[in-house]
Amino acid sequence: MKKYFAWLAIAASVLTLSSCGYNDFQAKDEATKAAWGEVVNQYQRRADLIPNLVNTVKGYAAHEKDTLEAVTKARAAATSFQITPEVLTNPEAFNKFQQVQGQLSSALSRLMAVSENYPQLKADTGFRDLQSQLEGTENRITVARQRYIVSVQEYNVLARSFPTNITAKIFSYPVKPSFTVENEKAISTAPAVNFGK
Amino acid sequence: MLHFRPILMLFLSALLAGFLQVAGAQEFVAVPALSSHVVDQAHMLDEQQRHTLDQVLAEYETRTGSQIAILLMSSTAPEAIEQYGIRVAEAWKLGRKGVDDGVILIVAKDNTKALRRLRIEAGRGVQGSLTDAKSKRILEDVIAPHFRQNDYYGGLAAGVSALTSLLDEEQLPATAKKKAAAAPQAQQDGGWLNVIAPVVFLIVFFGVIMFVRRRPSNNLNNNTWGNAAGVVIGSILNEASQSRVGRGGGFSSGGGFGGSAGGGFSGGGGGFDGGGASGDW
Repeated sequence: MKKYFAWLAIAASVLTLSSCGYNDFQAKDEATKAAWGEVVNQYQRRADLIPNLVNTVKGYAAHEKDTLEAVTKARAAATSFQITPEVLTNPEAFNKFQQVQGQLSSALSRLMAVSENYPQLKADTGFRDLQSQLEGTENRITVARQRYIVSVQEYNVLARSFPTNITAKIFSYPVKPSFTVENEKAISTAPAVNFGK
Repeated sequence: MLHFRPILMLFLSALLAGFLQVAGAQEFVAVPALSSHVVDQAHMLDEQQRHTLDQVLAEYETRTGSQIAILLMSSTAPEAIEQYGIRVAEAWKLGRKGVDDGVILIVAKDNTKALRRLRIEAGRGVQGSLTDAKSKRILEDVIAPHFRQNDYYGGLAAGVSALTSLLDEEQLPATAKKKAAAAPQAQQDGGWLNVIAPVVFLIVFFGVIMFVRRRPSNNLNNNTWGNAAGVVIGSILNEASQSRVGRGGGFSSGGGFGGSAGGGFSGGGGGFDGGGASGDW
């Protein structure tokens, strides 16, 4: 008789767990992790492109030292950032990650803008290939970030709405941080145009 | 009756808000239906040209399994062609599932310079040979020169042949048909093993049981051994017969696949990650 009660208890708990969205949490948690993996992967891909790019630019525009150094430094900062699983649950670490990658993005865009001034560099096939690879990778990053945002949104809706938020509390599935526009201030203020330079 | 009026107003305003929201969402250009390998919304090709390109791409798909499509449209504004392109890729799902060998060539004739007018959207599986750099070269060195002289058909034809020759370099799995042709040999090999293995197992099993039964052992109860053996053997036989039925099902589904290949054109479930290149002419 005791056996039957045990089985009944297990069946009941399975039923309540599935109705409280426990399995949904498993699925969506994994989905966000996969999307995050893709984001990290694409950022890594960009970081791998940079040494070649910097060397190629150096060959034609060695005296753009500041710009080149800024890129190298930003890359070092971005790659030395430890991406632990906690990044996904800790908004501070997440912001830090976004910040170092954002700095690398702006350093890179400055380098690309500078390279426009060197016709010989622009004609170099190696540079052209690197440039298009970088462009493609930036687009991949955008897509990966977009997909991460969508998956986190789905997860967070589950983690915050009733009654699944109780499940989230019990099994500790906290709300996850998502990407925001990095330079909100820079976008909202109009750029200063200076023709005197 | 009077106090119904606020409710009515509320209802109407909610309805209005809903409409406004829908109107706001429709600002983006909709992704057209995937009607053939060449979707020409901007009327850049005449019917004969469109049909020829479609034929070439359809033939390529039956030969290799890779899906390439061309989308011609007038504009993607307000989105840039990359943003529109990934939406098209996600909607059409070109390429085989798991192989991800789809490619989309998008031309937005009237886009401004900032939004770009050319785009190659490369599936994950073809990026080994169709790298971003190669995509860029196809756009700028192969297609753009033709487009500058308003030779749209020539540019697209040259672009398609460049794409297909690059895709041929990729080591992709064979098409379903070719696999089916190669499969019977392998299946027969596996089939014989499947039949022989249970027989050998049964012989050994019975042998062991006979051996155990003949020896009067000190504390083994013969009866229970016999029962257990019966159950085990029964389950093995059952499994063997089931696996045979399962294999029969596999064969029939193989036949179904051949039939579906002749039907209309639709994406195979391939994945895209935003790789590719944009260009202009």
